[in-house]
Amino acid sequence: MSSGPNAQSPRVGGPGSLRIGVLYSRVRVEEKLLFEAFEKRGVSLELLDDQKLIFDITDVQNHPYQHFDVIVERCINHSRALYSLKILNDQGVKTVNTALVADICGNKLMTTSALAAAGVPQPKALVAYTAESALEAIERLGYPAVLKPTVGSWGRLLSKVNDRDAAETILEHKETLGSYHHSIFYIQEYIKKPGRDIRAFQVGPETICAIYRNSPNWITNTARGGTSANCPVTPELADICTRAARACGGGVVALDLFEDPDRGLLVNEVNYTMEFRNSIAPTNVNIPERMVDFTVKVAKDGWDAANGFTPGTSAHLASISLAEGASV
Amino acid sequence: MALQTATGTAQCPECFAEVTLTNVMQNEIAQCPGCGAELEVIALEPLTLAVAPQEEEDWGE
Repeated sequence: MSSGPNAQSPRVGGPGSLRIGVLYSRVRVEEKLLFEAFEKRGVSLELLDDQKLIFDITDVQNHPYQHFDVIVERCINHSRALYSLKILNDQGVKTVNTALVADICGNKLMTTSALAAAGVPQPKALVAYTAESALEAIERLGYPAVLKPTVGSWGRLLSKVNDRDAAETILEHKETLGSYHHSIFYIQEYIKKPGRDIRAFQVGPETICAIYRNSPNWITNTARGGTSANCPVTPELADICTRAARACGGGVVALDLFEDPDRGLLVNEVNYTMEFRNSIAPTNVNIPERMVDFTVKVAKDGWDAANGFTPGTSAHLASISLAEGASV
Repeated sequence: MALQTATGTAQCPECFAEVTLTNVMQNEIAQCPGCGAELEVIALEPLTLAVAPQEEEDWGE
């Protein structure tokens, strides 16, 4: 049982009596749908614009967020989200998701490590810190291989490396032109997908729906033009998604999965500030309403109860940078 | 307290086209029908649009 801010703290009254904040950067389609879902539930939201925030991180007694029952994070920048959640959790404020979830899911290296520790099937991945060792790692995986920045989204700056010439060129460019973080080389096995991958939505202990993302391109993100269609939530899909989400600390997350012809489902990524605008119509599942349900449960019953965590079954939490204070 | 929205028109800062906005919120994203620019509502009274910030390295889900 966790003892931090997201631990159980029962609260009486209907959703309308809750004090819920939304930390946001911009109001996109997702945020608008989420606001509407909260309003429909009778919840009066307080919006927190991350462009105007000033945190006094040394004041954990009299900070201005202590009246919130829960704050929902919807920042676009990973660093703003992660630092805000860390501060809020350390100040005793419950959040959806937690800093722990953001820390693991916001970085592909951290996600892969957490999934590996929990035994969740995923593509093989290697990490190297110099261009020379990265080249050796790529050759060890074999061509084609995929180079990814550890932080980033929407398929940005992914490189499918088809041969040694391409590997040497890309590695030199990344080392010379990229920031320091681009010299943390995350190299993933290339999975021959059947022209699609799966985006599944996990809310606490339940995989609520999923879509196929079809694209002739090897990058299937709908942000990159992939089209979507409903994907049935099979027991196999629900099992791997639930285990993966738990390995990342639980919460409301969107998982990207590959269908490997030999190994079955493999988890590629877990996203903690999920976008869902293209997934409501094909699945016929009201995703923002389910997010509201989960948030209200966290506010009333705590993080563990909302996630269905019972003592002894909490997520694997070794080797994370923000474990202290970021409750699960 | 209900979330504040506004309806009306505002000028696109890129191509100066008139953009019709319906029930928009502060910081809401809109697209100019004239030039396709991604815009952000930066004020509700009067309705004012600015070019939305450029994508940054750690943006995403």
